[in-house]
Amino acid sequence: MHTKTLAELSSGLRQREYSSVELTQYFLDRIAKYDNKLNSFITVTNDTALAEAKAADKRLATGEADILTGIPLAHKDLFCTHGVRTSCGSKMLDNFIAPYDATVVAKCKAAGMVMLGKTNMDEFAMGSSNETSFYGPVKNPWDMNTVPGGSSGGSVAAVAANLVPIATGTDTGGSIRQPSALCGVTGLKPTYGAVSRYGMIAFASSLDQGGPITHNAEDAALLLNVISGYDKRDSTSIQQELPDYTADLNNNIKGLKIGLIKEHFGEGLDAGVNEVLNNSIKELEQSGAVFQEISLPHSHLSVPIYYIIALGECSSNLSRYDGVRFGHRCDDPQDLLDMYKRTRAEGFGAEVKRRIMLGTYVLSAGYYDAYYLKAQQIRRLISEDFKAAFKQVDVILGPTAPTTAFEIGAKMNDPITMYLSDIYTIACNLAGLPAMSIPAGFSDNMPVGLHLVGNYLKEAQILNVAHQYQQLTDWHKQKPVDFS
Amino acid sequence: MSLPKEEVEKIANLAKIALTESEISMYTKQLSDILDFVEQMNTVDTTDIIPMAHPLDATARLREDVVSESDQRDHFQNIAPQIENGLYLVPQVIE
Repeated sequence: MHTKTLAELSSGLRQREYSSVELTQYFLDRIAKYDNKLNSFITVTNDTALAEAKAADKRLATGEADILTGIPLAHKDLFCTHGVRTSCGSKMLDNFIAPYDATVVAKCKAAGMVMLGKTNMDEFAMGSSNETSFYGPVKNPWDMNTVPGGSSGGSVAAVAANLVPIATGTDTGGSIRQPSALCGVTGLKPTYGAVSRYGMIAFASSLDQGGPITHNAEDAALLLNVISGYDKRDSTSIQQELPDYTADLNNNIKGLKIGLIKEHFGEGLDAGVNEVLNNSIKELEQSGAVFQEISLPHSHLSVPIYYIIALGECSSNLSRYDGVRFGHRCDDPQDLLDMYKRTRAEGFGAEVKRRIMLGTYVLSAGYYDAYYLKAQQIRRLISEDFKAAFKQVDVILGPTAPTTAFEIGAKMNDPITMYLSDIYTIACNLAGLPAMSIPAGFSDNMPVGLHLVGNYLKEAQILNVAHQYQQLTDWHKQKPVDFS
Repeated sequence: MSLPKEEVEKIANLAKIALTESEISMYTKQLSDILDFVEQMNTVDTTDIIPMAHPLDATARLREDVVSESDQRDHFQNIAPQIENGLYLVPQVIE
């Protein structure tokens, strides 16, 4: 039951093989059985889940159901959920019961999906290993001594261990794709502006984007159909006709031009990961795709400029946590300044403080031009690199992450090494392009992810390539044995 | 580059975060390392390049100046640390 695809689950619900209540209880039982060792959930919403499942069963019975009605899902604990704690992995919001739903959450509710709970994550989505969470690290279901990646590590680990069929995540520099690679699942970051950011707790507003974490490309397309679309409450939401992301899945990819990023296959890429990718390229060649080398000459600057832009925006966004209107407030403040300083000292963890401090520095008087403005100029050069590449090819392929999952604790005292684990994913956020990671094989028994990048609003095209790859291979069907 | 300790204290004050002495020395080192790392930006000549603030170069949308949201003050204040008569309470600012 727990390894079924969304299409299979949806069909099972319609054929009355099981009810949504039964399906929901089944996955809640799996969470109860397995999650004490995985730590992928911060909050499990048993009661509301069963109530939502009952309502879904009514819709199914009266023929008012949409395709995903009655399907259980989990939301990253960064999406505001009305009446349910929304912690963002931080002590700062440990007591924050969101007073409204994020647009993504509201859309899933309207589609009749059943929320099982809120998943663990790096604090305020700041991390690449899920070790910065106030609620403790999440484990990688393939090897409990290693990290699941981050920041959407809880959503990804829960899907990889089949504790939930599908989950949402968010991606500012790779936070959907890097953990998806490390845990062997499918994760998609849409074009910036395709999915509403309303009710998504902000980290870096010009980069943040929500998206699906799933077992395969078809499931990702189905959830993207639900959560994407114009939202007047998000000022950077794209006004476009809503596409059907499943429409192109079965297209033949014969003759499709796929670019290989020269700079991403060199120094820094683990040999085992490289070997897996070379095999994937051969597999795709068999279905008629044509490969050619492309260059993104400024890609080596994507990590440094990302950290300037993301941290500048983070320091501004996180200034709202002042102990006045919601969230943590320190005890017995002596005066207003003491309240701000101690509230923030107590509420934020070490990585978040480090990022706020650096962001404050690069935006402060006298440094803005040298750092933030300079980084935004290079951001344009990176975006131009992609524009030039997409004149030559349809889709771009490379590794999602330079290595497989690393051990818990290995990089926690070395921020720069940790930041470099997003080296291949970050440029897409800077340019705003859609990109996804799909399982491509194993190196030393740990999953390896394949990174596909599409042109603006071409989600359907990368989903098509991913789906065709998943028809040829069964890497996406491999499951960690401890959770079978 | 090495940030002076006083600079880190100044940043912490601007960011309104109370730091202990050991945190200040830790961040002095780490922030200096990160600033060294981002130094490679300066190898690129960016004269006349227009800064990119938004991936799709969108501009802010305008809308009619009409009330579109309902008043939910009480609902939102339910989660505040301290309120009184519909107002947020903070430590006394004016003597």
